[in-house]
Amino acid sequence: MSIVPISYYLVLSAILFGLGIVAFVFKRNIITIFMAIELMLNAVNLAFVAFARAHNQLDGLVFVFFVIVVAAAESAVGLAIIITLYQNRQTLNIERINLLKF
Amino acid sequence: MSLPFIVFFVCAFLAVLGALTLILAREPIHSALALVLVMVSLAVLYLLLGAEFIAAVQVIVYAGAIMVLFVFVIMLLNAGIEERTDFSKLAKYAGLPLGMFLILFLAHWMAHSFIGQQIANGVGGTNASVSTRDLSAQLFQKYLFPFEATSILILIAILGALVLAKKDE
Amino acid sequence: MFILDHLWIIIALPLLGAAINGLLGKNFSKPIVNSVGIGSIALAFLSFAELVREFTQLPAEQIPWVKTYFTWITAGQFKVDFSLQVDQLTIIMLGVVTFVSLLVHIYSTGYMAHEEGYYRFFSYLNLFVFFMLTLVLAANVVLMFVGWEGVGLCSYLLVGFWFLKQSAISAGKKAFITTRIGDFGFTIGILLLFWTFKSVDFGTIFKQLIGAQPDALISTSVLTTICLLLFVGAVGKSAQLPLYVWLPDAMEGPTPVSALIHAATMVTAGVYMVARMNPLFSRAPIAMFVVALIGALTAFYAATIGLVQTDIKKVLAYSTVSQLGYMFLGLGVGAYASGVFHLMTHAFFKGLLFLSAGSVIHAMGGDQEMPHMGGLRTKIPITFWCMFIATFAIAGIPGFAGFFSKDEILEAARASNPFLWALGLIGAGFTSFYMFRLIFLTFFGEPRYDEHKVHVHESPYNMTVPLIFLAILSTVGGWAAAPHLVGGTDYFEKFLHPVFAMYAPAGVEGPPEAVEAPGTMLFHALTGWPVIIALAGLLIAWWFYIKSPQTPKKLAESLRGPYTLVLHKYYVDELYNAVIIQPLLWISTNVLWHVVDEGVIDGTVNGVARVSRDTGSELREIQSGNARSYATWVVIGAVGVTVLMLGLWGMVR
Repeated sequence: MSIVPISYYLVLSAILFGLGIVAFVFKRNIITIFMAIELMLNAVNLAFVAFARAHNQLDGLVFVFFVIVVAAAESAVGLAIIITLYQNRQTLNIERINLLKF
Repeated sequence: MSLPFIVFFVCAFLAVLGALTLILAREPIHSALALVLVMVSLAVLYLLLGAEFIAAVQVIVYAGAIMVLFVFVIMLLNAGIEERTDFSKLAKYAGLPLGMFLILFLAHWMAHSFIGQQIANGVGGTNASVSTRDLSAQLFQKYLFPFEATSILILIAILGALVLAKKDE
Repeated sequence: MFILDHLWIIIALPLLGAAINGLLGKNFSKPIVNSVGIGSIALAFLSFAELVREFTQLPAEQIPWVKTYFTWITAGQFKVDFSLQVDQLTIIMLGVVTFVSLLVHIYSTGYMAHEEGYYRFFSYLNLFVFFMLTLVLAANVVLMFVGWEGVGLCSYLLVGFWFLKQSAISAGKKAFITTRIGDFGFTIGILLLFWTFKSVDFGTIFKQLIGAQPDALISTSVLTTICLLLFVGAVGKSAQLPLYVWLPDAMEGPTPVSALIHAATMVTAGVYMVARMNPLFSRAPIAMFVVALIGALTAFYAATIGLVQTDIKKVLAYSTVSQLGYMFLGLGVGAYASGVFHLMTHAFFKGLLFLSAGSVIHAMGGDQEMPHMGGLRTKIPITFWCMFIATFAIAGIPGFAGFFSKDEILEAARASNPFLWALGLIGAGFTSFYMFRLIFLTFFGEPRYDEHKVHVHESPYNMTVPLIFLAILSTVGGWAAAPHLVGGTDYFEKFLHPVFAMYAPAGVEGPPEAVEAPGTMLFHALTGWPVIIALAGLLIAWWFYIKSPQTPKKLAESLRGPYTLVLHKYYVDELYNAVIIQPLLWISTNVLWHVVDEGVIDGTVNGVARVSRDTGSELREIQSGNARSYATWVVIGAVGVTVLMLGLWGMVR
């Protein structure tokens, strides 16, 4: 058992996740929004690790490993898309990219 | 107040500070660097939780590769101060209250829920850190298939990124 | 007992004829249409003859003979069978219907010979006979109502036979709708009847009336209400006040139709119904009085209108309304047999009058106005003599059929209510007057038409022979009651006696019997008021139209006001139009159409569509293309799910 109670880690995870959501809703730059997503993923990773320690199992850590791998792949592709988007619309403001509407 | 606690609070503070900076910064490059701060402090927290391998992977892959990629793209696209547009009334008015509600709700629940208490007061488990050997044993035995699948995933991601970012000939 | 067991044959034959002629008649030649049409009625008549033979062999306990063929409706307690019954009244009615319709069918082959839709006419006519026979043979009131409605339908179809003529269509509609009003009352009467007696079968109902405590069982007020409601139906169907207005307009139909339907059969359905329901009526004195009163008033009222009409068929139409009034007068004062007797004689002479009128119209090339006629008796002698005989009959000249029946009714009325008797008597005088006026204007005097334009010729044999048959019957038909005057028996009444006595209430005897010596009875009958009045009518008509023809015009001039009032039929049609029809039209247009149909119904349907469309319209704005709002929606969902999963108690505690 860790000396610091697990619930502290979980609370921190919750706070980081919530802040990630706020950033996701409020920021206008696509790249910043993407970074907010990464922040949320990190928060979740923290929760996983905390639980892995709490239950004394390794499965949580394996999961974190996979999350990081997938996040890497995802950010590669996502940033490529952003670059393409910038090449086509010359803006990084997400609110300007609004052609698919009613 | 033992050392773990101090380390925890410092790192927690830094993480939250980083997250807030991510939200409040005007330049995206500042947000990126704030995110790096968050990741590094989280790596320290992983260490505190005994997950050495994960902490290393976090720093090397996440902070070292992914965030570098982000910074590269920001500099490539010359992303500057974003203009203040506010086309969505919904996001403007409902976003913050909802976000705050979610934070408080989850935090409260995590802190005071039965499961949290149970875990906090639970028995069992050592204080030792996890050995990399055990972790890799899990990875290559029980989780072999996902491991191989992710390698294909990365391959696809590489291909995708290449195709997307290529200049039209 | 072939026919008695297979009563349905009598009904089915005309229906078969109607179906064959209606569905296939378009391709038939005239002789085939004729044979199908006339043949079916002839076979029905022969079946009737056979039925009479078998009926006379029935022991008295088995009368009324009822035959149930299948159950038609069962709905809880409400059970209606397709059952037919035969008793003496049925025999009389069947005889009248089959025989007169046979003659009319034969007549129609001549009258309608040059018409389009020849097969259609015979099909409708056969259909009418089918419904009329159903009405007469029915053993329960619902089946009778089926026939009742059916004859109304056929009346509509036949009056509007020349459907390209606007006045004919309107007349057909008027007939149907006006009788419908009566039918509404009839329907409520049926409902009340079922509610009271828990059955619609005649036998069952009547037996309940003579139950253990006959007068304590069913209250008189209920019976009165039922009888009055049923009588409303009779008022409509038999064209009494105030629902008579359709019958004069129904003259738009071909003359054979007027003869069959509006003289001999359909309009007598009301009389038959009251006679059939005599056990109920006898126990509801107020209803009886209403019947008699309306009958007498109608008899008088219609006679006054008939005095001044110029269209030959309209005179006969108002005469029919008037004579029907006499029948109801007879029924209403308790002289049921007399009322039915007058029904039978009226069928003969009124049918004859109409068919002869048709012959006259045929001779005049389609003109129906009497002021255009005159001096026809030398040119169409057969028609003249037949019509002359019929006029004697209807006027009540002794020796002819109408005398006996009308005399009986007036006698019964005098014993019952002097006021009604006075109305009837004066009406009889008017009847005699306007009928002889008709004869004199049409057949006597100088021709008032252009002899070069109109070629007056006698009708062919298929038209004159039925006339002759009916003329014979108009003469001898009344002799069934003649012996009564010389001390013998009134065969007719004796024959019908069981029908009216079987369920008669205790303490009520038949119509008042004259208790004089036979010889004096005859003397009194021959010199009684009806005869005097009839002869007076004849004389006055002779004076007005033969001796001094200027008298009518001078009288009309001096009595200008009343004359115009009567000539325009007391403006009743205009009154109905203003008071009933226009308000109804207004309500239909402004309330029912605009408010209910367009507003409520269309509004609801369109409203549903509009709500859908508007909701969709509102909802599609969500897809604004703005990713931030999408993100916010995601967050809203996430928060919702989280709260749902973790429970609000997470916050409360």
